[in-house]
Amino acid sequence: MEHGSYTDLSKSTFSLMDEDHTFANSVRFTLNQDPRVTFCGYSIPHPSENRVNVRVQTTACEVLKDGCQDLMLMCQHVRSTFEKAVNDFKTSKTGDHMDIV
Amino acid sequence: MSESDDSMSEIDAQEQNHSNGVGGGIPDYIMNLDNIPAKLPTHLELHKTRVICNIDAPQHTDPINYSGAYAALGVDNSVRLDNFCQNFKVEVKRFTDEDIEFDMIGIDPAIANAFRRILIAEVPTMAIERVYIANNTSLIQDEVLAHRLGLIPINADPKLFEYPDNAGGENNEKNTIVFKLHVHCVKGQPRITVKSDALKWLPNGSELIADDTKPNAESKPKTFTSFRDNHDSKKKFAKNPPAPKNLDIILAKLGPGQEIELEAHAVKGIGKTHAKWSPVATAWYRMLPEVVLMEDVVDEMAEELVSKCPAKVFDIEDIGEGRRRARVVNARACTLCRECIREKESEDGADKAIVIKKKEWEDLISLRRVKDHFIFTIESTGAISPDVLFTEAVKILEDKCERVITELS
Repeated sequence: MEHGSYTDLSKSTFSLMDEDHTFANSVRFTLNQDPRVTFCGYSIPHPSENRVNVRVQTTACEVLKDGCQDLMLMCQHVRSTFEKAVNDFKTSKTGDHMDIV
Repeated sequence: MSESDDSMSEIDAQEQNHSNGVGGGIPDYIMNLDNIPAKLPTHLELHKTRVICNIDAPQHTDPINYSGAYAALGVDNSVRLDNFCQNFKVEVKRFTDEDIEFDMIGIDPAIANAFRRILIAEVPTMAIERVYIANNTSLIQDEVLAHRLGLIPINADPKLFEYPDNAGGENNEKNTIVFKLHVHCVKGQPRITVKSDALKWLPNGSELIADDTKPNAESKPKTFTSFRDNHDSKKKFAKNPPAPKNLDIILAKLGPGQEIELEAHAVKGIGKTHAKWSPVATAWYRMLPEVVLMEDVVDEMAEELVSKCPAKVFDIEDIGEGRRRARVVNARACTLCRECIREKESEDGADKAIVIKKKEWEDLISLRRVKDHFIFTIESTGAISPDVLFTEAVKILEDKCERVITELS
């Protein structure tokens, strides 16, 4: 999956199979926010082929795994906040109905 | 001036050094120095957080999320995970069985778009895939009828079923739902409209014989599905048998003497393979509109403004002494039609007063969009509740991340 030098970990291009803009754009976003990253971008070599190239250049460490983990934690937080908001909405609605009745 | 430049570059170097280490925060002694702009100047903050929609095109549409974007100013643009968790909010505005409208505040368009794409293409549902036609003497061709059957939304929870590939070619009760359709318009009767309520669920599996070999007296004939268990025996189907969600979808029309007899098998799939497996009618998001009046708009111009806007964004308020002023009451309803800042073509011989007025509307009203506040709307086809749909979509993005992480380790 990795195109780059195994000794120099600060720059590499990761080629991911069976992925498209959905995942690649999100991971590019989380990596760009990381202060250790100097450059991050993704490209799709050919639209008929389900492959994404993610290029990351950092200040000397591996960040893609951290970026994915950050994205996972963000998703979990989004999920819990959303469920809480839906539950609050449902209870407030039933509360209104009970008041009217 | 040169002094402050030197101090800026020095602090820059220190910031760089510090971020090389742990990626932690800016040390205290730097924050306590006097001439450090900890925040961005107002106009840059405006460009970073708002899309300004001018009459010709929007400006500053790109979300600036590179951590070193404002490094020359000494401002740190990186967002830590805990900052995100603190600032992120969800507010549900409308929630029915079929659709949901909610606000997501503090998220980036990359992630919002990822959720939208997953909702449309990657959340699995059940839809009819194989149609075994025993008899079709209607005017609707076989393939057209099969296509229409495939598009019917089926009220079955896809989590209870597996993907058909996992079973290795075997169609058992874990991955197939079988429906039967048998309608006959007898000669002498009026024409019949075949609606989706004519589809009957077969809990025992397929009833059409697959092989030509004569069955033995003891063994059951081999059909197109091999159901071991009776679907009826499963409690989960007792209250909610699989059936089409809408019972009034017209499938075909039969004249006298015409007949349709077929069996339809529904399997699990995702929207990427075929749109019939998409669980949403559609899902979309838009950024929160923000309408700002740069100057006071009074009297006749206020009335003109209120009458111009088709979405009723503005309203009049009295400010005493018989004067009226325009006020923004419902910025959320703004559809960015730009009627309020548009000026009609002036006719020839227009006098100076009108020409001056022409310049004013654009300067009086600023139409903007808030870059990190999204109004999400999800319209479900009915098989899955819209809040469950969104939760599933987020889970699928998490699964993708996990897959990449395990590949990397």
